[in-house]
Amino acid sequence: MINIKSAPARTGASIIGIGAYRPSRVVTNDEIAPLIDSSDEWIQQRTGIETRRFASESETLVAMAAAAASDALTDAKIKPEQIGVVLVATLTNPVQFPAVAPTVASTLGIPDPGAFDIGAACAGFVYALSAAADMVKSGSIEYALVIGAERMTDVLDFSDRGSAFIFGDGAGAMVVGPADFNGFGPVIFGSDGTQADAISMTSTWFDFRSGKVPQPPTLRMAGQQVFRWAVSEMVGVAQRAITAAGLEPKDLAAFIPHQANNRITDAIVKALDFPDTVAIARDIRESGNTTAATVPLALHALRSEGRAPSGAPALLLGFGAGLTYAAQVVALP
Amino acid sequence: MTAEEVMREMAAILDEVAGVSADQVAMHKSFTDDLEVDSLSMVEVVMAAEDKFGVKIPDEQVRNLRTVGDAVDFIVKSA
Repeated sequence: MINIKSAPARTGASIIGIGAYRPSRVVTNDEIAPLIDSSDEWIQQRTGIETRRFASESETLVAMAAAAASDALTDAKIKPEQIGVVLVATLTNPVQFPAVAPTVASTLGIPDPGAFDIGAACAGFVYALSAAADMVKSGSIEYALVIGAERMTDVLDFSDRGSAFIFGDGAGAMVVGPADFNGFGPVIFGSDGTQADAISMTSTWFDFRSGKVPQPPTLRMAGQQVFRWAVSEMVGVAQRAITAAGLEPKDLAAFIPHQANNRITDAIVKALDFPDTVAIARDIRESGNTTAATVPLALHALRSEGRAPSGAPALLLGFGAGLTYAAQVVALP
Repeated sequence: MTAEEVMREMAAILDEVAGVSADQVAMHKSFTDDLEVDSLSMVEVVMAAEDKFGVKIPDEQVRNLRTVGDAVDFIVKSA
């Protein structure tokens, strides 16, 4: 058997920069509530959401992704030409092809990177980050740019009482680079395709194209089913990721779960019995659920509040449509 | 388990999970209208009941559990 030469593996990799883009328009619950016969109080009680951002026409998926990425590159003190791969986690690319990543890369002036999108919904960013970490550690590339970007407003039905109040738009990004320590624990990921219908689209684009359905497809979600799955399964997933990293819940400086619903976060936090020393990301209050962008946006917000000490361990946890999930302990940038 | 025993445990679960005080809980009370248990708390109540009584309460069944009595009957029959 031929022994194929591999790149020399690195000692370690870590997150070296983080960036965010939040659309300028802030949308209150009072603006959403009349369309779904609801109220600010009802929305806050069920989700913890107070406001979310909606992108304008000029705040395209590519523009938001590039802005967040540019912010992350500045934070990492890395030039665009040093980036070897660009990964974009999204489910709101307005076209089925090409992927967003190559356009984002060229917008940023990254000359010739590997570039592709990852479709793992709300877990997408953590999937992409773990893939980037492995590429850097294996020596295949030096620096990776990982982006989560969504324009959820493009796929929402604003009259749907089960979802209209939950989602928002935005983008977050991280740069992964070589390090003389290991900044990533093993990723714990998985999926359950038997529950693919729990968060999906009302029809296919083809049904709309052929006239079988009168409206273009929009997001639909079986909220209680998703809530039950998240609360019952994600505690174990989080625990496995912490254990796999050789740590205990009390050792973490921060927990950054997907910002799906504060009530899910509450249930996970309670079950894992985190002490007060663990900062819990609650960016959903201001940003709503931005799907693949929640984890970097929430970490960015936590750091802005001075609650994410550089170098300390944090647990990232993504979960959503698919159903898919991914959890990983990382060293904070 | 008797209906009374299940009812007592359900009251404890409702207190713990949804903050409903035990003296409010009665067989004829509706989870949503009388006890103000919202849909997400209902899921948590159901999950806690599954753990406590070792029964399975599928999502489609949860919709039929309008009152505390409905839930107690279902649990007594399934346990």
